[in-house]
Amino acid sequence: MSLLQINNVSKKYGNHVALNNVSINVSEKSVFGLLGPNGAGKTSLIRIINQITGPDTGEILFKGEKLSQKHISKIGYLPEERGLYKKMPVGEQAMYLAQLKGLKKAEAKKRLTYWFEKFEMQTWWKKKIDELSKGMQQKVQFIVTVLHEPELIILDEPFSGFDPVNAQLIKNEILELRKQGATIIFSTHNMGSVEELCDHIALINKSEKILDGTVKDIRKQHRTNTYKVAFKGNVMGFTNALWTGGEVIEKITEDDINYFTIKLNKAITSSQMLQAVLPHCELVSFNEIIPNMNDIFISKVSTTLTNETGTQSNLTE
Amino acid sequence: MSKIGLIIKREIKSKLSNKTFLIMTFLAPILITGFFGFIIKMSMDDKTQQKVLVVDDTKHTTQLLQGNDYITFVNTNLKLDEAIDKLVKEDYTCVLNIFENTVGGGAGAVKLFYKKSPGLFFQENIKNQLEKIFQEEKLKANNIDPNIINNTRESIKLITQKVDENGFKKDDSNLGFLGFLVGALMFMFIMLYGMMVFRSVMEEKTNRIIEVIVSSVKPFELMMGKIIGVALLGLIQFIIMGVISIILTTLLSTLFLKDINKEFSKFNSQQELVKKMGTNVNFNQLEDYQDKIEVFDLLKKIDALPIQLIVICFILYFIGGYLFYSSLMAAIGSAVDSEADSQQFITPVMIPLMAGYFIAVKSMTNPDSAIAYWASFIPFTSPIVMMSRLNVNTPVWELLLSLGLLYASFIFMAYIAAKIYRTGILMYGKKVSWKEVGKWLFYK
Repeated sequence: MSLLQINNVSKKYGNHVALNNVSINVSEKSVFGLLGPNGAGKTSLIRIINQITGPDTGEILFKGEKLSQKHISKIGYLPEERGLYKKMPVGEQAMYLAQLKGLKKAEAKKRLTYWFEKFEMQTWWKKKIDELSKGMQQKVQFIVTVLHEPELIILDEPFSGFDPVNAQLIKNEILELRKQGATIIFSTHNMGSVEELCDHIALINKSEKILDGTVKDIRKQHRTNTYKVAFKGNVMGFTNALWTGGEVIEKITEDDINYFTIKLNKAITSSQMLQAVLPHCELVSFNEIIPNMNDIFISKVSTTLTNETGTQSNLTE
Repeated sequence: MSKIGLIIKREIKSKLSNKTFLIMTFLAPILITGFFGFIIKMSMDDKTQQKVLVVDDTKHTTQLLQGNDYITFVNTNLKLDEAIDKLVKEDYTCVLNIFENTVGGGAGAVKLFYKKSPGLFFQENIKNQLEKIFQEEKLKANNIDPNIINNTRESIKLITQKVDENGFKKDDSNLGFLGFLVGALMFMFIMLYGMMVFRSVMEEKTNRIIEVIVSSVKPFELMMGKIIGVALLGLIQFIIMGVISIILTTLLSTLFLKDINKEFSKFNSQQELVKKMGTNVNFNQLEDYQDKIEVFDLLKKIDALPIQLIVICFILYFIGGYLFYSSLMAAIGSAVDSEADSQQFITPVMIPLMAGYFIAVKSMTNPDSAIAYWASFIPFTSPIVMMSRLNVNTPVWELLLSLGLLYASFIFMAYIAAKIYRTGILMYGKKVSWKEVGKWLFYK
């Protein structure tokens, strides 16, 4: 069942189109990756889900109901650009933000005590934000995001600013939250963590959704009929046997073993290729190269880029 | 609604935990009353006990110099040198030497020897007394009864009275100088609290906490919570400052103004007497207060002030003016990234406030001029100008209209500001222009 249904949402700022007819379906208790280069419209979409702004056209359904103010307490949001009041004590600040999300004072206090103990930060309660490191501040922000036990948690670049230990801590928390029944929308440029965490992704580029599906399916769909073959024997014979069936992209020779990366023509299957080359060499290993999310992201985004000459991409991050 | 309450509470709490704010709240009234107290004390300092040894070479003044509660005259027949010797050795504070040639047309001169510098009041007192004594001596020498001269003296007081359309004469008690002072105070407070709202809005934007907060509350609620929070804070500050000021002024006036108040009531009863009996009053029995007339005039004006009207209007206009301007300031705070960029937006807001201030200065001398009249209805200037024009005769409908316009404009302004605020708080890294802000008004 889908927790969040985004139907044909468009949003314009003046002449700038931020979102163009985007439809996304986020199923319950899943981790959903919302991907896209900077300026693609991810933040606009997230803000619309959070009801910070409204869509120009289209609608959003939360558990089948039209999204409204009463859903605010059911959503937790960790923005990419996040901060806290510099001069306000940590505990007081967390209490304030929790109460804004609709928690009663006593309940907020109880849950904060639990989380502060869990993350071993009880001594921070009376400290000012100024006195904490960036990673420490991020922990406070993460707690505030999930404190009111939202059904939908939206995390925009949650790992930026964390050291590997704390990033792992947060990753485990995210998986734990999903186990407890929360749905998580996860926006990041870190494709490694997408493969690790996400069940389902949508890729937005230039205000439009260009890709949507489960991580497994998408990777399968983007197979390019490319294989890595390791063999001993005559290189010339191998190449001749392959002939026009495919193209050798990469050749590496190490300790008598040749590692070839081969992209086969569409009509040729892997077994046909193997039958052709086996008489000419001794096969050591044979693997299909399934593209990772990083490759898919780059190829997808840059194909749309090349359609528009002169547009600068800022994929690096 | 409970969320606005939370925002208001946080706003007040964060300012109350700010030490500078607390110090200013308590220190400002102490400093201001202290300053005025100091000035009054300086002028009152003359009232130290003076014991004057009089060496009168003319022998005319004997018994005629009158002491009062702080001046004692002691006549002596000693020579000047001996008198000065006595001054040094005993508890006298001065020696007054009246030269022989003082009377009789000579260039009159009197010398005062002192141990500690005698105050101006004291010098003035001696000078006035001697002039009177010698004048009467001369009159007597010419066979003129001093009473006749006294009775021919006329003092004219010009009383201004306004006649309204219905022909009713009314006492005109324009606040005058005080009205201007109240206007200036209004200017200061509106600016002060407006800037507070501006900073608070900008702080949340530059802190980047804003996005977390607007995912929980509507931007309009957040903005109004801030504006109301700072308004309540302002009122709390007013009350604290007011209480401290009242306590201090009462304390100071009982300490330093006791004599003046006593003399003032004596002066008032004397005036009553003169009014009743005309010139037949025996002027010799009256005390001469010529040198204090100005102080008395001020005291009279203060006595006649419609304090309740001023306080009520001040609070109403402060709240209205503050709400109006602070919505503007909130919109500006949301539009800019740093205080340095804010100047181009703050200046145009300051201009009407400054204009109000200058019109208020002008209306001090001419409260019914056309510009002052109209400016007291225009919401940009009315809080300042109306306060300086205010007097007991200001028609109620003018006040109501002016206040009504002010509060209605606030609602309009809040609506506009909310639209700018909503977009502005999430807009980073862009140098914003007026044109850009104008566009935000039409975003859906």
